[in-house]
Amino acid sequence: MTLMKSLMGAAAAVALTAGLATAEPALIYDLGGKFDKSFNEAAHNGAERWAKDTGGSYKDIEIQTEAQREQAVRRFAEAGFNPVVTTGFAIASVLEEVAGDYPDTNFVTIDGWVDPEKHPNVLIIGFTEHEGSYLVGMMAAQASQSGTVGFIGGMDVPLIRKFACGYAQGVKAANPDATVIANMTGTTPSAWNDPVKGSELTKAQISQGADVVYAAAGGTGVGVLQTAADEGILSIGVDSNQNHLHPGKVLTSMLKRVDVAVYNVMTAGEEMEPGVLVLDLSADGVGYAMDDNNAELVSGDMQSSVEDAKAKIIAGEIDVHDYTSDDSCPVLNF
Amino acid sequence: MDFLTILQVLDSSVRLATPLLLACLAGLFSERAGVIDIGLEGKMLVAAFFSAAIAYMSGSVWVGLLAGIASSVALALIHGLASITFRGNQLISGVAINFLAAGVTVLVAQHWFEQGGRTPSLTGDGRFESVTLPLAETLRNVPVLGPIYYELISGQFLLVYIAVLVVPLTWWVLYRTRFGLRLRAVGENPAAVDTAGISVTRLRYMAVIICGVLCGLAGAYLATALQAGFVKDMTAGRGFIALAALIFAKWKPWPAMWTCLLFGVLQAVALRYQNIEIGNFVIPVQFMDALPYILTVVILAGLVGRAIPPLAGGEPYTKER
Repeated sequence: MTLMKSLMGAAAAVALTAGLATAEPALIYDLGGKFDKSFNEAAHNGAERWAKDTGGSYKDIEIQTEAQREQAVRRFAEAGFNPVVTTGFAIASVLEEVAGDYPDTNFVTIDGWVDPEKHPNVLIIGFTEHEGSYLVGMMAAQASQSGTVGFIGGMDVPLIRKFACGYAQGVKAANPDATVIANMTGTTPSAWNDPVKGSELTKAQISQGADVVYAAAGGTGVGVLQTAADEGILSIGVDSNQNHLHPGKVLTSMLKRVDVAVYNVMTAGEEMEPGVLVLDLSADGVGYAMDDNNAELVSGDMQSSVEDAKAKIIAGEIDVHDYTSDDSCPVLNF
Repeated sequence: MDFLTILQVLDSSVRLATPLLLACLAGLFSERAGVIDIGLEGKMLVAAFFSAAIAYMSGSVWVGLLAGIASSVALALIHGLASITFRGNQLISGVAINFLAAGVTVLVAQHWFEQGGRTPSLTGDGRFESVTLPLAETLRNVPVLGPIYYELISGQFLLVYIAVLVVPLTWWVLYRTRFGLRLRAVGENPAAVDTAGISVTRLRYMAVIICGVLCGLAGAYLATALQAGFVKDMTAGRGFIALAALIFAKWKPWPAMWTCLLFGVLQAVALRYQNIEIGNFVIPVQFMDALPYILTVVILAGLVGRAIPPLAGGEPYTKER
């Protein structure tokens, strides 16, 4: 039970250092859970890496229900943790309520959005997921034999539509005649953990001709990648590098470097600067995963065209439309 | 919509309806005996976890299936102990079981496999393979019936066929055996059963054990047939949809099957088509997802016939002192 040990160790450390001035950071995971092989796990990895490199310790919590968000934020703030790092867009409304009550504590929201003017002690970290999705979309279109590719989202929220929209733009850029089928798993948080529905969606997309599917769906994506591997088509993972889940069957993964964001924030500690931080392609905040597991799937042409597009996006020559900027997508209807 | 698309949607419906059907029949046995069970979800979840975990360790899906059933029956017995022997509130016991299952599965999974509350992926004999029925290839080219047989009836998982066979079996047990008569009686008027010298406690325990076995099959189906392993909270509310189906079917076996198939079709259509356009009118996918619940409320409101639950449902039986 290393988990238990580390938790107890953290608790003991808190008890010992309670009287000291240096505060420890705290991390609150979103509903998908600490080990979702994806978004939250990336945050966990970043925190673990920080703890290993600096010898520091931190405390974390996996919430089970919506109602626990506020409770968790308040508990950590009251107990003197600083900064309090949160993952997931849904916690933003809680931070709006709570942040003002603890002006001496710094809060971090990854993916959330609060008004930076009103909340001077909140750091808002965002990623340009549409740009990363654009790149994997280009790869999907080039790897597809049928000219039809799929997208499977988790809960239907603007953030996931941002993934879908960027992906569709990338597909169209590489192959203007390609068809993109986009589906969402559901409208409630259970859509992040429903691999059965993910599998059925994948089968439905395969029967409509899709031969590459991109899953941006948390735990649901496990079912998508599994079914894609079983049925002999390619899949694209998300957030963390998921290429190893089915070696040779996952085309690539859209990386969102939540781990880097968490690592940097924890390193800065109490001295961190609140405000707005956007991690984009040029900051390596997003990207695509290449390793031994997918080396044979990605041809040299494919990689050079993607690198070319990446350079153009960074240089501002290609403008990838961001769904959340105007709640619409030029190439995809939801 | 062409013929092949309809077949694919129906195929998907059958896959999605099977766990609902098994859980619904499980609830039927329990509730017909007067023990309300909202813990179907939790029992499916532990069964999903233990079937996947043991199938992975032993390399045999059959050993996994047995482990799944055993774990589900163990939770059913806890529910029985709380609500039959100690006459506790059946709803609260059911809620507790759901919470217990959600926590225990992830905790044990993390302790055993250290993969973040999931089991490693199952391969080969650790998974159910789909069954190809005899003559499926030969009959494939027969017009209309051939594709129906090949796409829809053949090529499902073994547990799907078992689930369909459990329906007539349930009907026969409930309406044609002495045990079934007593089971139904104990859900309507336990005092009368007791007066006849038959143990109410024993009958109700048998009902919750049958409920446990069926939930075990449903959970194992999710984790070892549809999926190749367990993922946290993978039942995703199917136990509650099964309860809705049970009410919709008015606690009867055949209607239970049709209801579960209907709910399966609704889900499959919602998965296949994001938004359905009929003329100028667009049905959003969210509406399709909510439809099973809306239909159940309509039934409960008495707009389409009346759903009368077993009379003694939810009441712990106290022998006269």
